[in-house]
Amino acid sequence: MAYPTDFKYTKEHEWIKADGKSATVGITSHAQESLGDIVFVELPKPGAEITAGKTFGSVESVKAVSDLYAPASGTVTEVNGELATAPEKINQDAHGSWMVRVTLKDPSELNSLLSAADYEKFVAEEGG
Amino acid sequence: MSAVHLTPPTIRKTALNAVHRQMGAKMVEFNGWDMPVEYPSAGGIIAEHNAVRTGVGIFDVSHMGDIRLQGPEALAAVQHISMNDAARLAIGQAQYSALLYPQGTFVDDVIVHRLGEDEYLLVINAGTREKDFSWVRDNTRQFNCKVENLSDDFTQIAIQGPKGVDLLQKLTDADLSAVKFYWLTRGTVCGLKNILIARTGYTAEDGFEIYVPADEATSAMVWNKVMEAGKEFGVVPCGLGARNTLRLEGKLPLYGHEISDTINVWEAGLDRFCKMEKPDFMGRSALEKAKTGGVKKTLIGLEMIERGIARDGYKVLDDGGREIGYVTSGSYAPFLKKNIALAYVPPEFGNVGSTVKVECRSQGVKAQVVPTPFYKRPKKA
Repeated sequence: MAYPTDFKYTKEHEWIKADGKSATVGITSHAQESLGDIVFVELPKPGAEITAGKTFGSVESVKAVSDLYAPASGTVTEVNGELATAPEKINQDAHGSWMVRVTLKDPSELNSLLSAADYEKFVAEEGG
Repeated sequence: MSAVHLTPPTIRKTALNAVHRQMGAKMVEFNGWDMPVEYPSAGGIIAEHNAVRTGVGIFDVSHMGDIRLQGPEALAAVQHISMNDAARLAIGQAQYSALLYPQGTFVDDVIVHRLGEDEYLLVINAGTREKDFSWVRDNTRQFNCKVENLSDDFTQIAIQGPKGVDLLQKLTDADLSAVKFYWLTRGTVCGLKNILIARTGYTAEDGFEIYVPADEATSAMVWNKVMEAGKEFGVVPCGLGARNTLRLEGKLPLYGHEISDTINVWEAGLDRFCKMEKPDFMGRSALEKAKTGGVKKTLIGLEMIERGIARDGYKVLDDGGREIGYVTSGSYAPFLKKNIALAYVPPEFGNVGSTVKVECRSQGVKAQVVPTPFYKRPKKA
């Protein structure tokens, strides 16, 4: 699986793609694969504050419920409404299915996240 | 060397374990068994589930246990330990039943098959194999019959779905059209003689379960032949994930969820499988008392009307937010395309059409009480 090199990744399997202070967040292809068929996504409303390392929503497959962890702190400006009715888009294209768009509080927070290569290595070591 | 010998927790494998892995199944531990939960190559749980509803799917259910009772008093023994009336079974017929504790709660639910004049086979759950066998052996000592644990003798393959009959007919000389639902026969299957073929399952769909010798080579040969013969019907391998959602749509109970050692027959709503008029059986007198006392909780079906999925163990709340019960099983239902759940609540909250809330991750999500089963297979034209 190719992980985009312009994304940053968390050990909880979220990705973040930043362009200056604006960023989009989703879950990785590895995450959707281990979850299986995704049937429900719970996301915050625009205006909500999210905090790096804290949960900001959840994603559910037929079998499992998983928390979503914020890769960085910021304010939600937009939610991908398409996922409410078509959560399976995440299975089809995890890296293209952003969940929330945020205005970052401090873009330098991204420096502590994993690069694509590091994440790939992390997933391999996790045995996934 | 240490003098203490600790038994390491062993994970058991069915004879088809290597086959599942070759097919790229996602494996999980289930009741001490290493089992496929889904086959991503087959499309995953939703695709597997819908294949069984509209076509055919096959399951390795070898983790299920088998207990045989044989001898002049086998019927009396079965009658004593199970709640349905086994005297009604003709040779070659099966029935859903349960083993009960003296207090009327569940040791396990079982399918009782009458194999011969004085020969019965109880098919039991994986997680309760040892408990069930000890229970059956200990409580039938007074009867002149032999009790054997045959659990490791069989690879049990379930061929489920409306096209299951056509698939299996290609592989056997037995006339399957003559085998009604919950009846069984014996025949040659994939060249193996005298194979037990039962028209049973756990999917709320038509289908068969076949019992073949448990060695790896034979098991793999049969599995592969079923897959091959099923190509024209679009057969898919199915894992425990689809097995669970299929049985949930059909409101088939799962031990540890809808039934357990703390839930009685009336609460679980399994009255029609409990024959109070037959000769005395374990649990009967407690059930008689429980009936006059009225039930304190009842199993209901819920359909989520607000966004959210009820999961096992979630609290059920009344409209005022007071805790009134709990969810025993809940999931997205792949065929019905709804979020459904089974839950225990006091009977006054069980009226169809009324609403309750389910606490989904600290949020009260509205749900409606609906008739069950959620899904009933269409009657043949």
